[in-house]
Amino acid sequence: MKSDRQLVAHLMRRAGFGSTSEELDELTHSKTYEEIVDDLVNPERFDQIDSSFVERYYGGEPVAVHVGKWLFRMTNTLRPLEEKMSLFLHQIFPVAWGKSEHGPSIYRQIEMFRDVGLTSFKTILLHLSKDPAMIFWLDNNENHKNEINENYGRELLELFSMGVGNYSESDIKNASRAFTGWTFDQPLSLYPYGHHEAEFKFIAEDHDFGTKEFLGQSGNFDGEDIIDIIVSQNATARFVSRHLYNFFVEDEVQVPSWETVPPKDEDAIRFLIGAFEASNGNMRFILKELFNSDFFKNSIGFSKVKSPTELIVGVLRQTGEYSDPTHGIHQFAVTTLNGSPYEGPMAIMGQRLMNPPTVEGWHTGFEWIDSGTLSERIGFVEKQFSDPDKPGVADIIDRLGSLDDEPKLIVDRCLDVLGSIIVRDETYDSLIRYAENLKGIGDDAGVHHLVQMVTSTVDYQFE
Amino acid sequence: MNTSDKTLVVVQLTGGNDFMNTIVPYTNQHYFDARKKIVMDQSEVIPINDTLAINKNASSFKDIFDAGNMAIIQGIGYPNSNRSHFRGMDIWHTCEPDKVGNDGWLGLALRELDPSAENVLTGVNIGQGLPRAMAVSGVPVTSISDLETYGVMNSIERQKLKEKSIQAFKDIYGQAIGSGKVSEYIGKTGLDVLKGADMLNEVAANYQSNVEYAENQISNNLKDIARIHTSDLGTRIFYTSQGGYDTHANELPTHPKLIRELSDGISDFMDDLEEHNLSENVLILVFTEFGRRMKDNGSGTDHGSGGGAFLFGKNVKGGLYSDYPSLNPKDWEHGEDLKHTIDFRSVYSTVLEKWMGIESRSIVKGDFEQLSPFVV
Repeated sequence: MKSDRQLVAHLMRRAGFGSTSEELDELTHSKTYEEIVDDLVNPERFDQIDSSFVERYYGGEPVAVHVGKWLFRMTNTLRPLEEKMSLFLHQIFPVAWGKSEHGPSIYRQIEMFRDVGLTSFKTILLHLSKDPAMIFWLDNNENHKNEINENYGRELLELFSMGVGNYSESDIKNASRAFTGWTFDQPLSLYPYGHHEAEFKFIAEDHDFGTKEFLGQSGNFDGEDIIDIIVSQNATARFVSRHLYNFFVEDEVQVPSWETVPPKDEDAIRFLIGAFEASNGNMRFILKELFNSDFFKNSIGFSKVKSPTELIVGVLRQTGEYSDPTHGIHQFAVTTLNGSPYEGPMAIMGQRLMNPPTVEGWHTGFEWIDSGTLSERIGFVEKQFSDPDKPGVADIIDRLGSLDDEPKLIVDRCLDVLGSIIVRDETYDSLIRYAENLKGIGDDAGVHHLVQMVTSTVDYQFE
Repeated sequence: MNTSDKTLVVVQLTGGNDFMNTIVPYTNQHYFDARKKIVMDQSEVIPINDTLAINKNASSFKDIFDAGNMAIIQGIGYPNSNRSHFRGMDIWHTCEPDKVGNDGWLGLALRELDPSAENVLTGVNIGQGLPRAMAVSGVPVTSISDLETYGVMNSIERQKLKEKSIQAFKDIYGQAIGSGKVSEYIGKTGLDVLKGADMLNEVAANYQSNVEYAENQISNNLKDIARIHTSDLGTRIFYTSQGGYDTHANELPTHPKLIRELSDGISDFMDDLEEHNLSENVLILVFTEFGRRMKDNGSGTDHGSGGGAFLFGKNVKGGLYSDYPSLNPKDWEHGEDLKHTIDFRSVYSTVLEKWMGIESRSIVKGDFEQLSPFVV
């Protein structure tokens, strides 16, 4: 054993979507914790998913199909941090399909996140500012030389980089001027060709080439210069650090309150700011530092509530039902908004991927939970683990053995097999009692009931 | 009128109902000029007066209207409609047309009705996903996608196994009290689910009715509401939705089917309440996020602005309210939509004040003209 199983399981849940028992066997046997972190932040070492295969199975325009493609990738990728970073960026730069109803552009944006997620924050902001889905979402195509539209300029500063209180209204206006002429082109008309990916386009005649005053500097800035200035600000390093902490380490209060509520762990934030500044905002470097830090290792347990995506993908990885391209994974993402009267579990649990409720994104942490979403979470795991024909479930049951063994040993095995899950002592004792009871019931009861109970606990709602 | 036992049932028509093809201006030439294909001609409507008719597919509405139990709120909407479903729904749900609101208007009403959150069933949503209209932090709302399977450990059939499983769940969720704020909150929510499920447990067995609902989503949902309401579990606000109204294409087969299912469902639901002697105290509010474009696109209609809402109930003073939006092209909003003639918050505040007995100002965020759509 080269690395600690529980710690690796924790790392794989946070940096990815969790590991199966088999994967943990392999990882802990062959690599140290630091080596695993190094692999995670260097995804190029592992093969990509063959996307032509994915496209063939998940074609079509409805947004659920695009979410299905993404779910398939999250479930099967050998590069989990790439997908996790895409989810992170989608959650902090939330663009909803609902405004454009343009599936291909929304999905293209996710692919862009996948491509740039581990580069520098500057590269990320630059790609974001040139992304057609974002440009349309925040009306930068309506931002003209003689008539500025401040929507993108404002959100770039407020929600995407620095946070309120670190710039003036005049900075917003000047930033907006620098992004005039940054628009997109639609290659084919919607009718009769349908939606095709749009492309970034710079229209020089619509760009304001005049001098701008921005955050105390003056010059003939364009959008890229503005981004350069933004990423050199301490406020940006701090804001991004808080986002990373909130997403990977521990739930914080909702973002709009960050201006007034201090971080839960100021030292950790300072550490991340240091990594940001030392590397010019290189995400690969910062994340490596984060995953190797003590505060990350100590956050194991009950510090972060799983998002619906994390819960669903985590379970799908366990059940193995979608380990090959198969029709149907998009059913988890179907929403009534596609003209279907039915909603998939992801929507019922409160996260319509690629369709966040507002430009502020989702309220995360404990706000994921209400009676309806919790009931759905529990109903979901019950259903997913009830079918012993699914390859992953068969494997779990196989590894668990029968109920004949010592209840404590069965519970220990169950927690381990499900990805080295941690539960509180009280939960642990209740599970042992439950295993005893199951044993007494006879033929109707099986180990899969224990699996369902473990995944229904309060504890399992945490990542 | 004693408002303390009044119940409100809200039905959301998701996608934007084509109001003009529901309550049809069947004698107005502007209507026929604008609608080339997606049009209800005189043989497809049942007149209620010289200018308006109810779509024949919603003939049950005509019967309720004739009985004096249906109020048609014409031209309902909000200022500066931007035609987005999401923004539109947000606005209807939170009463915040100018900024993004978090608190749902019905959630705020529930907090007034049950300030200490004693009954987890004071607010019940039938359908999948808690609508933002019902969501306010700290207000427990029970959201049921399937009454038969609501709760936990539902797939377990064997009684003894089920008992043991629920016991284990109760242990685990109960012990979360005192284990940190978030665990505690999740624990409490889980116990709320159990409590609600417990109360709802007997509902299926208790319910008897001679009314036979049709087999479709909205009828099933209304039947579930009837089952819960007749069990007298203290619910004051029910919510449900019927999807599919976003008829950009294929409107002609789709829309008639939807309004037939809706009108028959509501008619059955009202009969059911009557059979149980409960019709006096139930008000049904039907709304949609917007109406559709004046002109059709050959196959359907695109997003518009002004639409219509309906109130149903034995204590509703039937008839037409507000004005039908002008169909004259010179009056069209954005040059192509019906312009709204009444703000939706007028209807909300009327329902809150006059039906539920709740002060509405802080919920609808302002003072709006009230209607008088109730008998007493």
